[in-house]
Order: sequence, then C-alpha cells, then structure tokens
Amino acid sequence: MIRFERVTKRYPNGRLALSELSFEVGEGEMVFLTGRSGAGKSTVLKLIALLERPTRGLVEVAGQNTATLPARRVPLFRRRLGIVLQDHRLLMDRPVFDNVALPLMVADTSLKEINKRVRAALDQVGLLGRERVAPLELSVGEQQRVGIARAIVSKPPLLVADEPTGNLDATLAAEVMGLFQRFNEVGVTVVVATHDQSLVRASGRRQIVLEAQP
Amino acid sequence: MSSCGHLARHRIATALTVIVMGLALALPLGLALLVRNLHAATGDFSTAIGLSVYLKPQVSEQSARQLVAHLASRPDVASVELITATQALEELRTQSGLGAALDTLSENPLPNVLAIRPTPAALDAPRLEALRSAVSASPEVDSVQLDQDWVTRFSAILVLLQRIAWITAGLLALGVIAVVGNTIRLEVRSRAAQIEVTQLVGGSAAFVRRPFLYTGALYGLIAGLIAWGIVEGAHRALAPDVARLAAAYGQSFALRGPSIRELAALAMVGIGLGWLGAALASAREIARGAPGRG
Repeated sequence: MIRFERVTKRYPNGRLALSELSFEVGEGEMVFLTGRSGAGKSTVLKLIALLERPTRGLVEVAGQNTATLPARRVPLFRRRLGIVLQDHRLLMDRPVFDNVALPLMVADTSLKEINKRVRAALDQVGLLGRERVAPLELSVGEQQRVGIARAIVSKPPLLVADEPTGNLDATLAAEVMGLFQRFNEVGVTVVVATHDQSLVRASGRRQIVLEAQP
Repeated sequence: MSSCGHLARHRIATALTVIVMGLALALPLGLALLVRNLHAATGDFSTAIGLSVYLKPQVSEQSARQLVAHLASRPDVASVELITATQALEELRTQSGLGAALDTLSENPLPNVLAIRPTPAALDAPRLEALRSAVSASPEVDSVQLDQDWVTRFSAILVLLQRIAWITAGLLALGVIAVVGNTIRLEVRSRAAQIEVTQLVGGSAAFVRRPFLYTGALYGLIAGLIAWGIVEGAHRALAPDVARLAAAYGQSFALRGPSIRELAALAMVGIGLGWLGAALASAREIARGAPGRG
C-alpha cells in the first residue's frame, strides 16, 4: 500500500528531515511510526498525504508514484486517504455534522448519502446524536474522535494519523487506539505516528523506527 | 449559501465595498448616458446642416425656380427650398417689429435665397464641399454659406466625450476588480483554516474557490443595482431642469434614463467584474495557502 525507497526530504529552509529512508507497508497492515521528536514522523505522513513531495527518492501510495501525480489530481488522491492530525483541525464555527461531512461534500456526494454516512461515522466513534453540537462544547477526547470520524467518513482504504493521542490521557488514548485497530480489522491500512511506546507495545503491531537526522 | 453568510457577517466592510463599486460603475454609465442624450439633443441639428445660397439681386423669381428644380435633381440634395425676397421681407416685417422702418424702403433689398438640405449620405465634409462649389458655379449664385462649422465641432466634442467615457469605464473597471479583489483576499485569509482543512480532505481548488467567486459576483450584482439607483436618481433630479431648458430653446426634449437592456448589461458587467476580481484574488491566495508543494 505504501512504499518508500531511499527517500530524502530537505525543507526549503535547509532542514534535513529524512535521509535515504526505505520501508514498505502492506495492504491491510497496521504499523506505527516511532522515533524521537524531530526524527521525521510528521514528514513521512506529509509525504504520504502529498502535503509535501520528496526531495529525492520514490514515494508510492496505493500504486501511485506521488512524484508524477499532477497537482490537479492531488484532491482526488487525498479523497482515498483518511488523515487524523494531533490538533484535530476542526472548524470551530461549524457543528460536528458539517465537520464530519466535509470530505463527502468536496466529493459532491448526495445529501441523503452524506446524512447516512456521517451518522455511521459518528456511531463508530461513539458520538451519534451529537451532530448539532459545536466542537467547542465537546471534550478534547471527543474533539479528537470527531476528527477521526471525519477521516473515516469516506471509507478510505488508507488511514494515517499523526500523534492522534498526543493530547489525550491514557484511558482516552487507549480508546482511540482501539478505534484504529477496529478499522484495521475491517481491512483499512493504518499508519500511526506516535512517540508513546506503551501504546505500541500494547498493540503488538509492527513499528518503523525513524532515526533523527544530524 | 455560505456567500450570503459572508455578506451578513461583514456588513459594514461589505457595504463600503459595494458602494465604492457602485459609484465606480455609475460614473461611466452616467457619462455614456450624457453622451447619448447630447446626441439625441443635437440629432435634429445634423439635419440642420445645409447650404444657404444667396442669389444675385437681378435674378428673377422665375429663374430662381428653375435653379431650384435643377438643384433638386442632384443625387446629393434632399430638398431645396426657395425663400423669395418678398417672403423674406414679409418674415422680417412680422418678426423683427421693424415694419414701419421697412415700409420706408423704396425696394426690397433682400435677395432670393435657396436653402439646400443635403441627403444624409452627403453630410461628410468633402462631399459638402463638392456640393458647395458646384452650386457656386451657377451664374445666378452670388454666395454660398455652409452652416456646418459648429455642428462638426460639436460632433467632435461628442466623440471626445464618448472616448473619455470609454477610458473612464476601463479605468474604473480595473478599480472595481481591485476593490473586489482586495475584499475577497481578506475574506480568503480570514478563512485560511477552513481552506486548509478542506484541501486536506480532498477539496479541489475549484471547490474551495466557489463560495468566494459567488461572493464576488454577488457584490458585483449589488454594485450594479447601486449604480442604477445613482444614475436613475440623477436622471430624475435633472429631468425637470433639462425639460425647462429645452423648452426655453423651443425644443421638446426629454432626458432619457438607462434602458432595460442597459441595466441588464450593467448587471452583467458588475457580476463579471466581481467574479473576475474574486477569481484573481482567490487564485493567488489559495495557491499561496495550499498545502502540498515540497
């Protein structure tokens, strides 16, 4: 599902984030990206989501070489991808429903279908019935779950998460991790970047350890 | 729908923007109407272009009539009117109040005069000149006067005014685009977070831009309506004065306001400019804020 071959990423400000990184993630697999902060976990996820392009090397996602994907096709590419970020990036001036519905609205999904899928996604993260609530009225854990619902609402085959439990206490973190495992069990490829070793050990899944660049 | 939300939220900034846009659209429209009304007002004068032909005093009324028939047969002549010396004297007597003084004259000092109206096709300078010299060549003719100088000058002024209206329209259109662009730019920036998230979940640039384009077009439409209000208001305010002025010149001339077709065109131009300004501004801003180019 994901293939990195000798990928180097240097940001325009000169910072070297990745150097000659190679790894593969198979379809239906769930892996953790670990490493100290600054090791390039976020960069790997940004390269997968085409938020950044590699300086050198090959990044292949779902059989697509991201280097050859023209800019106008990037939105379509991202629609087959669920992204969860540490600061969930919810739209605070819109109710939960609108936030979760956004990936469907950009894909011109019918209103009936949107209604159905948003409710299903909220059901999966345990927030059914909270559609009309503003994100600010929710707890931090609930906000993160809204972010997860938004990532899975379009049923993407690949889910990437950047420190999804970073702001959560141990109980909530375990709960969120449980959600990811459940998605994985129904066939979604999941990549989670985290520095929380206890969660990784508890899951028993493979981890890709990134080394910090000098 | 969300473009209406925009309007409601930034009421004052929006009001100022569309008022400025409305003024910018009203000015060239007003100028265009001014030119058109001046055209209409002077339209009759263009048919007033003609030649006054003064015949030699010894030419009899009968030979004058023969000349009239001869000239009227020319292809560049629409009509020839003979004002006989007697008629002219009579007119002078009744209109000038010099009746008693004129009675003391032993004979009529006025010549027979022909008033020639050229056909509309012959109204340009070289053909008028050709007609003038042809008429002067007749032995009966004493002198020919071409009554056109001030008309040509006035037409030139109208052409100039029309050009000015176009140039003003062009400059103000750029101004409208800049004003819309700036307003939309600020709105795009104020919604940067939303745009970023939308692009993150696969929203295309077109999807992200759509509400801003609608907003720009809506601004343009409202600006068009404001411009119409301004011009129509000016029209109503000026119409009575113009009517009085026209009456003083013995003319029945009514100031014409913008027609329905012109209003539709104005609305289209407003919408088009609003859309264009929004498109330019949002393209720049969204490309700048887009995630993804490594």
